[in-house]
Amino acid sequence: MLYFSKLRIISVIVFTIIFSYFAFSNFVKFDDKFFSKNINLGLDLQGGSYLLLEIDNRPVITQKLQAKIIELKRYFKEKKITLKNFSLKGDTILFETTDNEIENVKNILNDKESDVNTYYPTYKSHEFDVLEDGNLFSLNYSRYGLVLLKNSSLDQAIEIVRRRVDEVGTNEPNILKRGNDRILVELPGLDDPNRIKSLLGKTANLTFQFISQNNEESFGTEKLSFEDGSRDAIVSKRIILSGDNLVDAKPTMNSQTNETVVSFSLDRVGAKKFGKATSTGVGKQLAIVLDGKIISAPSVREPIIGGSGQISGDFTFQSATDLALLLRSGALPAPLNIIEERTVGPDLGQDSIDAGILSLFIGFLLVILFMIYKYRAFGLIANLALVSNLFLLIGILTLFEATLTLPGIAGIILTVGMAVDANVLIFERIKEETKNEKNPIIAFDAGYTKSRTTILDANITTLIAAFILFFMGSGPVKGFSVTLGVGILTTLFSVYFIARLLTSLYVVKNKDKEQLL
Amino acid sequence: MSNISFNKFYRKFNILSLILIVVSLVFLIFKGLNYGVDFKGGTLIELRTTDKTNNISLIRDSFNQMNLGDVSVKKFGNETDFIVKFEKQNSNDPEFIKNIQNKLSSSIGDVDFRRVENVGPKVSSELLKSGIIAISLSLAAMLLYIWIRFEWQFSLGAILAIFHDVIITLGIFSIFSLEINLSIVAAVLTIVGYSMNDTVVIFDRVRENLRKYSDIKIFDLTNISINETLSRTIITSVTTLLALFSIYLFGGEILKGFSLAMILGVIFGTYSSIYIANPILVALNVSQRTIVKEEKD
Repeated sequence: MLYFSKLRIISVIVFTIIFSYFAFSNFVKFDDKFFSKNINLGLDLQGGSYLLLEIDNRPVITQKLQAKIIELKRYFKEKKITLKNFSLKGDTILFETTDNEIENVKNILNDKESDVNTYYPTYKSHEFDVLEDGNLFSLNYSRYGLVLLKNSSLDQAIEIVRRRVDEVGTNEPNILKRGNDRILVELPGLDDPNRIKSLLGKTANLTFQFISQNNEESFGTEKLSFEDGSRDAIVSKRIILSGDNLVDAKPTMNSQTNETVVSFSLDRVGAKKFGKATSTGVGKQLAIVLDGKIISAPSVREPIIGGSGQISGDFTFQSATDLALLLRSGALPAPLNIIEERTVGPDLGQDSIDAGILSLFIGFLLVILFMIYKYRAFGLIANLALVSNLFLLIGILTLFEATLTLPGIAGIILTVGMAVDANVLIFERIKEETKNEKNPIIAFDAGYTKSRTTILDANITTLIAAFILFFMGSGPVKGFSVTLGVGILTTLFSVYFIARLLTSLYVVKNKDKEQLL
Repeated sequence: MSNISFNKFYRKFNILSLILIVVSLVFLIFKGLNYGVDFKGGTLIELRTTDKTNNISLIRDSFNQMNLGDVSVKKFGNETDFIVKFEKQNSNDPEFIKNIQNKLSSSIGDVDFRRVENVGPKVSSELLKSGIIAISLSLAAMLLYIWIRFEWQFSLGAILAIFHDVIITLGIFSIFSLEINLSIVAAVLTIVGYSMNDTVVIFDRVRENLRKYSDIKIFDLTNISINETLSRTIITSVTTLLALFSIYLFGGEILKGFSLAMILGVIFGTYSSIYIANPILVALNVSQRTIVKEEKD
């Protein structure tokens, strides 16, 4: 068993060299992408922001339900079926029908080809669950209908978030879905997340509405306050134009007033609508409303037909830039709340790296000295295995571009401490075997064989813990589980291939010496 | 090979362990754990002041004026570094942190926010839940593994040893009001793995010796096995502790809690492998027949 075939020796050496190379590639630069890989540093090491956003779907659901009511009314009117007493109670649409239409309405709503209640064959479910009690019908979003709605609003939101983050221009942002109502935004290297946070916190729903003179508008009115909170105004609910019609927006300087304003241009439909509304509304005040707050309400002096205009309103250059950015990227389907934020400044990150490397170095040195003190020549072998273990571990993490976090560094140090365990188990076993067995080769062989199950048992238990951490943990802790888990694999490799190879070479060479270990 | 009569002290150390567990449980139940923002929600700010004359009470006063709920301020490593934690967490106001920084700068001079953690109540309760699930899951997985590999008496011994380690480690965290955060969960899971590892090494030997010696009673057999594996137990604990102390002393403030939990776990894990796991084999009257029966099946 102490015999190693040439092929095996060579493959162990080649394998070790390849991974050690990748460990070193962190410190040198090559042009070729494959050969100059780097470990990804986690946000806690390189600095940056981690933001978890939760989408508040309630307004979307209400909006969709209101639209559904209108759709149902229209649809059944065309079919000449009378429905009455439509109402929205919580998230339930209620309506009544005449007694002889009950079956008819039921069939239409539960038909798999239904036009008003879409059927999803993949989920075996309609968009809405329909309940009827006599002639009273109630419609609720079905489980899958709600999932689909949430997914589509999340998809829209993630697109808008991506646009906004890209516009700010941070390097390599990471934007991911989490479940069906959350978005994870990782912004490495970002020093000050405040700007991004305020950009993501705004829905950016822009509308143009006339300020009403009298309270008798046919569309109804609503009371909105100005953004600076100075006063309120009664605004017609009729939306003349919304942000959807905007094709571009940028901050500019108004040469007449010397004010910073946001200039926008509209698409064709928008320009037409805007032109029509402003020609009939000369003299009226046009409120520019963003997320339910009036930014400004200039008077219309003349019809605006060119399809472009300006928004004024006490902007600094920065706030005008941000508003233009928000308008360009479009409105979020629903408000986003930041439910978790973790930001690490770049200098703290660097401090953590320094401390991590220092403690790794010291821990490594202490373990190495202790092993030499305990086992002399075999300690040296165990240490060689330990060094290559470290190279292999860092090499693998680099090759797979794993993310290294501060707890991840702790995982590496811990691996260093625990990696010698396997060699210690073997060496101690060999010591016992040598007492009864005079032939060192047989004793060593027995030592390896008899300790194998114990070593496997011991490492599998740690591997289990690492696996569970990987699937349950988040962020930095996940980084710990990765280094711990990979560390166990490289430990087993370095013990059973590298250390064992060196041990056998040493034993075969010195087989006549007394007291090898 | 050493020849220490560990088994003479089984009873005494069992009583000691029992006392430690009871004390830990009393503290865990009545005092509870000092959860960090990860599990409690709220805001944590690690800040560095430029003015060396700033002290804890000055910073606490400035924060108290901002109406942020319970505020705690602690020194963090350097003279000029502080950790501030408070209850309030405002997800609807993106300017929340910025406003705090502005107010603080005007009262105590320039401050640098080196780290900000802001966790909402929903997220923190989810994190706590997943932490508890992770620990329970790992205990269950360990139990399953050792149940497959060994006889049930051994699994019971190993699991009780792990419970012992986890309860006492958490108990110490409760007694000294040390903070429990995500990395402590990672530490506890690693302790579970380590303690299991240590116990398995001795149990493997116990089982081997049960086959080898047909006339030695389990009481003495465990002692032989402990002695035979003792030097390995010591060497591995020492190298692991060397690595952990290195993290504790040089790895920076952020890893202090994590490495402390691990150090405690390794010490108690080593102790429990000897003084919890083995006495349980004795109490359950494990004998040569236990493993013979198993092998016949």
